[in-house]
Amino acid sequence: MTDKSQIRSEATRLLSFFQDQGAQVVEADILQPAGTLLDLYGEDIRARAYVTQDPVMGEAMLRPDFTVPVVQMHMAEGAEPARYAYMGEVFRAQEEATHRASEQFQVGYEVFDRDAPIEADAEVFSLVKEVLAPLNLRAATGDMGLLLAAVLGLKTTDRRKAALERHIWRPRRFRALLDRFSGRAPLPEGREALLAQDNPMDETAPHIGLRSPAEIAARIDALRDDATADPISSQEVTLLDDLMALRETTENVLEHLRDIAVDMPAIAPAVDRIEARAEALARRGVDVSRLDFEGSYGRTSMEYYDGFVFGFYAETRPDLPPVATGGRYDALTRVLGHQNGDHHDIPAIGGVIRPEITLMLGAAK
Amino acid sequence: MTIKLGVPSKGRLMEKTFDWFGARGIELTRTGSDREYAAAVKGIDGVELVLLSAGEIPRELAAGRIHLGVTGTDLVREKLASWQDKVIELAPMGFGHADLIIAVPRAWVDVNTLDDLDAVAAAFRAQHGFRLRIATKYHRLIRDHMRDHGVADYQLVDSQGATEGTVKNETAEAIADITSTGETLRANHLKILGGGPVHKSQATLLKSRKAQWSDEDRATLAALKTKLGLGA
Repeated sequence: MTDKSQIRSEATRLLSFFQDQGAQVVEADILQPAGTLLDLYGEDIRARAYVTQDPVMGEAMLRPDFTVPVVQMHMAEGAEPARYAYMGEVFRAQEEATHRASEQFQVGYEVFDRDAPIEADAEVFSLVKEVLAPLNLRAATGDMGLLLAAVLGLKTTDRRKAALERHIWRPRRFRALLDRFSGRAPLPEGREALLAQDNPMDETAPHIGLRSPAEIAARIDALRDDATADPISSQEVTLLDDLMALRETTENVLEHLRDIAVDMPAIAPAVDRIEARAEALARRGVDVSRLDFEGSYGRTSMEYYDGFVFGFYAETRPDLPPVATGGRYDALTRVLGHQNGDHHDIPAIGGVIRPEITLMLGAAK
Repeated sequence: MTIKLGVPSKGRLMEKTFDWFGARGIELTRTGSDREYAAAVKGIDGVELVLLSAGEIPRELAAGRIHLGVTGTDLVREKLASWQDKVIELAPMGFGHADLIIAVPRAWVDVNTLDDLDAVAAAFRAQHGFRLRIATKYHRLIRDHMRDHGVADYQLVDSQGATEGTVKNETAEAIADITSTGETLRANHLKILGGGPVHKSQATLLKSRKAQWSDEDRATLAALKTKLGLGA
């Protein structure tokens, strides 16, 4: 275990790098109201965060990340474009992987700039890369926008697309849905029997609870519609599989994606964005001919990244968590921006560095 | 030294546990007055009986304050994170059967599986502006089950009793609870989701991985296991 004061001074060093780039340093409360985080991340956050009880504010959480408080602060008072940097502890309860620290320092950098998202992506990545350069890390990148575009471009019903989009961050569920919608997996138990009835509503069952008979009837109608929809073609499924399995350098991936886009024109704008980003990265001195791109990168994290995603790894220490991770999280800010009747979209990209790991890898020397 | 055996302190679970050991030549008895939580063990030396609430036995095993314990596997999995690191299941005891199930209103004819529940949760959240609520006291078991099955847009609300009434009271849309017969569910107009229970529980003899085991204790345990017919 590295000395905490050393971690703090390493964090300060990293923070001042971002400050020197023009970032405004911000603070966030350690105690966060649990409701917002639960609404945003779902019940899983309860397993990952320390939940505590405040006599007045009710359920509270020790901040599991800085993203939410920084976005909220920006929505409340920030002017765009904005660049923020922060440092401090985040708290992650460890149910299983008990070897990971439950209290860890993070240094983060977030950019809110709706006019130049590609430039902002390249900026965050290249600054994180620059400050970590002495450590010789491997960078991996991806773009959730690619898979999202592919899903929304499928030749199928809007409902099916929405169901797939909703589960894009849950690969197993996504696969199960895709198998069903493409006719490769059977309908869920009881579905056929339900749809075979003229009037499936159970008149003998008293209506209890908030879900109204109209909602039940609406879902049955939706299921009837769905039963008549054509399966997603195996050609489209194969293309999706190709996208998800991509794992090459950015240059090669772009070439491959151009081929896929011939059969799947819906991804063309996303491919253009990847290309424009690669150019923006190259302008900032990143060697994109050696930069890894993975089609499924970012799918399993709970952060709901929906655009560019990246991580930096120490290849000599596969036992360590990533040294830095980041990405574009417009979907998350959209949810936050639409709470309480507001309708703000706040395009945002950010990254965090773990100073404890950079120290372990010899950053201070 | 003696090894401590934790057994539920009251009710059918205690009686059945006493019967189970008794049938294998080990007599567990309560001593003193009816109200005194004191007990004795006959038929083997070096074992001390500790009467505890069934719900506290997992915690005591994990802390190593008792060496052996009898409780339901549902309580072990619910109360202990990474339970396999803390206890070993020595023997299922064949009683105290209970299934942890998820139930929804019987009127929800369109919901038969978790798959349906997930789709309904999405629509419910869009319609009502909050996540579909599932009332339960089995937070860890249900959360893990939902995650394994990729169910989203739900939330758990804590319910320590009368859980089947929460839907009618409109404090939850669905429930997750232990049921042995299902009668209470039917009486409250609920039905069990298909696809099997979340967990099938029964009373189980457990060994603590965290307790101090001296050579003498290990010998006692070996003798006990032989008597119980569990092999060495």
